[in-house]
Amino acid sequence: MTNHILFKIQRKVVLGPKLKLMDIEAPEIAAKALPGQFIILRTDENGERIPLTIADLDREKGIITIIFQEVGRSTDDLGEMEAGECLQDFVGPLGRPSEIETFGTVVCVGGGVGVAPIYPITRAMFEAGNRVIGVIGAKTADQLILQEEMERVCHKLHVVSDDGSIGRKGLVTAPLQRILDEEKIDRVIAVGPLVMMKAVCEVTKAYGVPTIVSLNPIMVDGTGMCGGCRVAVGGETRFACVDGPEFDGHKVDWDEARQRSRMFLPQEKAARECKGGGCTCRK
Amino acid sequence: MPEINYVREKMPVQDPSVRVRNFNEVALGYDAETAIKEASRCLDCKKASCKDGCPVGIDIPAFIKLIKEGDFNGAIAKIKEKNSLPAICGRVCPQESQCEKNCVLAKKGEAVGIGRLERFAADYEMRREKIKLKKPATSSGRKVAIVGSGPSGLTAAADLCQMGHEVTLFEALHTPGGVLVYGIPEFRLPKNIVAREIENIKKLGVKICTNMVIGKIYTLDELLNDGYDAIFVGTGAGLPYFMDIPGENLNGVYSANEFLTRSNLMKAYLFPEHLTPIYIGKRVAVIGGGNVAMDAARTALRLGAEESFIIYRRSDKEMPARHEEVEHAHEEGVQFYFLTSPTGIEGNEQGWVKGLNCLRYELGEPDGSGRRRPVPIEGSDFFMPMDTVIMAIGQGPNPLVPHTTPDLETNRWGNIVADEASGRTSKTAVFAGGDVVTGAATVILAMGAGKKAAQAIDEYLKN
Ligand SMILES: Cc1cc2nc3c(=O)[nH]c(=O)nc-3n(C[C@H](O)[C@H](O)[C@H](O)COP(=O)(O)OP(=O)(O)OC[C@H]3O[C@@H](n4cnc5c(N)ncnc54)[C@H](O)[C@@H]3O)c2cc1C
Ligand code: FES
Repeated sequence: MTNHILFKIQRKVVLGPKLKLMDIEAPEIAAKALPGQFIILRTDENGERIPLTIADLDREKGIITIIFQEVGRSTDDLGEMEAGECLQDFVGPLGRPSEIETFGTVVCVGGGVGVAPIYPITRAMFEAGNRVIGVIGAKTADQLILQEEMERVCHKLHVVSDDGSIGRKGLVTAPLQRILDEEKIDRVIAVGPLVMMKAVCEVTKAYGVPTIVSLNPIMVDGTGMCGGCRVAVGGETRFACVDGPEFDGHKVDWDEARQRSRMFLPQEKAARECKGGGCTCRK
Repeated sequence: MPEINYVREKMPVQDPSVRVRNFNEVALGYDAETAIKEASRCLDCKKASCKDGCPVGIDIPAFIKLIKEGDFNGAIAKIKEKNSLPAICGRVCPQESQCEKNCVLAKKGEAVGIGRLERFAADYEMRREKIKLKKPATSSGRKVAIVGSGPSGLTAAADLCQMGHEVTLFEALHTPGGVLVYGIPEFRLPKNIVAREIENIKKLGVKICTNMVIGKIYTLDELLNDGYDAIFVGTGAGLPYFMDIPGENLNGVYSANEFLTRSNLMKAYLFPEHLTPIYIGKRVAVIGGGNVAMDAARTALRLGAEESFIIYRRSDKEMPARHEEVEHAHEEGVQFYFLTSPTGIEGNEQGWVKGLNCLRYELGEPDGSGRRRPVPIEGSDFFMPMDTVIMAIGQGPNPLVPHTTPDLETNRWGNIVADEASGRTSKTAVFAGGDVVTGAATVILAMGAGKKAAQAIDEYLKN
């Protein structure tokens, strides 16, 4: 049980515009992590603690795979790192694992970079003997990830894109609605942007299908120490990093979740602009 | 017999108007001359009751005498017989309710500045970089895991190492130190001091593994099965409480833990060189009256808030914060609203804090804590416009370890049940101490618990 302190980037793959995959050497975490859990990393001494849901892992090789979109300064910095370099910090596995059981027929919905975390959950559902229907979507074809991997672990996979450049044109809710009309679904799991998860929950609610979502609110420590990650679920405040990240989607207060996700927008913008230097973010 | 001097030597401090604009340490410490003068006030009482007030039992008259004689190295050696983190304790202990409370001079005037002298001796040693470490005993071949690197864990680790055991310390965050690094601000406890103390503990041979959340990466049982002969749990009281009033999830509402962690551990005050952001409005309300509340209110001013308010439901006399911090907060312009408590937080259409609805209180009969219970005054509600609200009403124990250790007994607040004298828990080979057992308390009590547990673990390992 030695503390593995060199979190080396073993492999880096550019998956699409501003979309990257990294294999990180983290044998202790790889030995322990389960689908649905996440890690927190820092690129360097001055870095933010960035939470990322685990996209894949290889216990034998001791690898944790992360997939991320460059959406701000910290993920930009991460995206600039190359294979062979080491991350400053990498901690996990955090959060509760997904509830994996034989439910019957399960629909796994992933949108945008949310396809990354839905993949290990889908695989686990598949391996647990469920009939698994996948629905994945992205804005455009070049932003769609893990299609082949998903095909391997779904009995059926629906693909959509906003512009129709791959799969059907439209949102993930369109195929989902059709599936719900056609057959009895026992559970839906959705991971993606807040608006997508909210829309999925609105659709499934009418059919009374239990729907689990994975939230990624602003976090600091990821251990239940700061409460920055709080979300209202069923009228109760929960800490997403320890009580979640998965919650009953029909009970989540989506408007509040969206409002809270915007808490640091001006600062995030300033930090990104400041990167080139010559910015005005310092008073 | 020399004349009794009832007036304490003044502590040099940064000017309030300057220091509210920076994060540098407020209290600058005695120089050698002042320290000797202050030490000379000590009457060297036969029955020195100051010692009884020290939770780790430092021989106070002895170290003060050494300072008086100019033997500063001797003084620090004397302190270190009992306290492995004197530079920290000299700065943050509530001396006025411990050792200094018992000083005979306090009956008619000001107590000897015991904390200030402790700090002086520790800083003197640090400045000279000539830290003498006790030689560890011969190896016992026994392995101990320490969970949590706050004052309790650090103390237990240092002691066990010196007893000859192989010690590994697991810390969830990326930097060791617990509250000393994430909670208490730089201007009160410079982080390089904590870092240096931790370096010393590493030099003793303690192995520190950061980024390890016990309960997640390993359970206690896994550690025991993996070759650790005993475990000390010192995971602190890190779980922030909220009040359960409307509006607590609005943007602009923080727990003090979040606010202080962003500023201290993540260095948001150096944003954007350090990338963690912090939002600070013009008017900041901090709810609570302890050290945590003072730290948050004073940090807010330093981050650029125009006005910072402490809102406390009891009166100034009941405030649990250290006197010095309350005084410093006053000097810096923090405004105090006593006998006041919020009933709700109002927000605007975008979900940002607009202000607090408050109620006035009066003091009634004493409650379980012996303090008079605040009772709301009917019809006294009023509104205070605010941009930021920080909840500093207390913390509970982090449940990650107990939840993954079914045979570890906890009480109804979630604190680990442990024997006060030994730290022994319901689980064989597992000991616990500090805030996770007592609830949020003090650095020195956590250290005391770490010390006692180290003793008990040593005995347990020998049998
Ligand atoms: C803002 C603030 C100001 C304070 N000011 C003062 C003061 O002036 N004077 C004073 O005497 N006291 C003060 N206190 C109280 C004092 O800091 C605490 O009582 C003391 O630090 C408790 O020590 P501890 O060792 O029990 O735990 P902590 O210092 O809380 O340390 C616990 C450590 O355990 C780690 N941990 C938790 N769970 C896990 C896990 N599952 N796995 C691994 N690691 C884990 C945490 O990350 C943390 O680093 C203050 C507290 C705060 C929050
Ligand atoms: S991220 Fe701090 S409590 Fe969840």
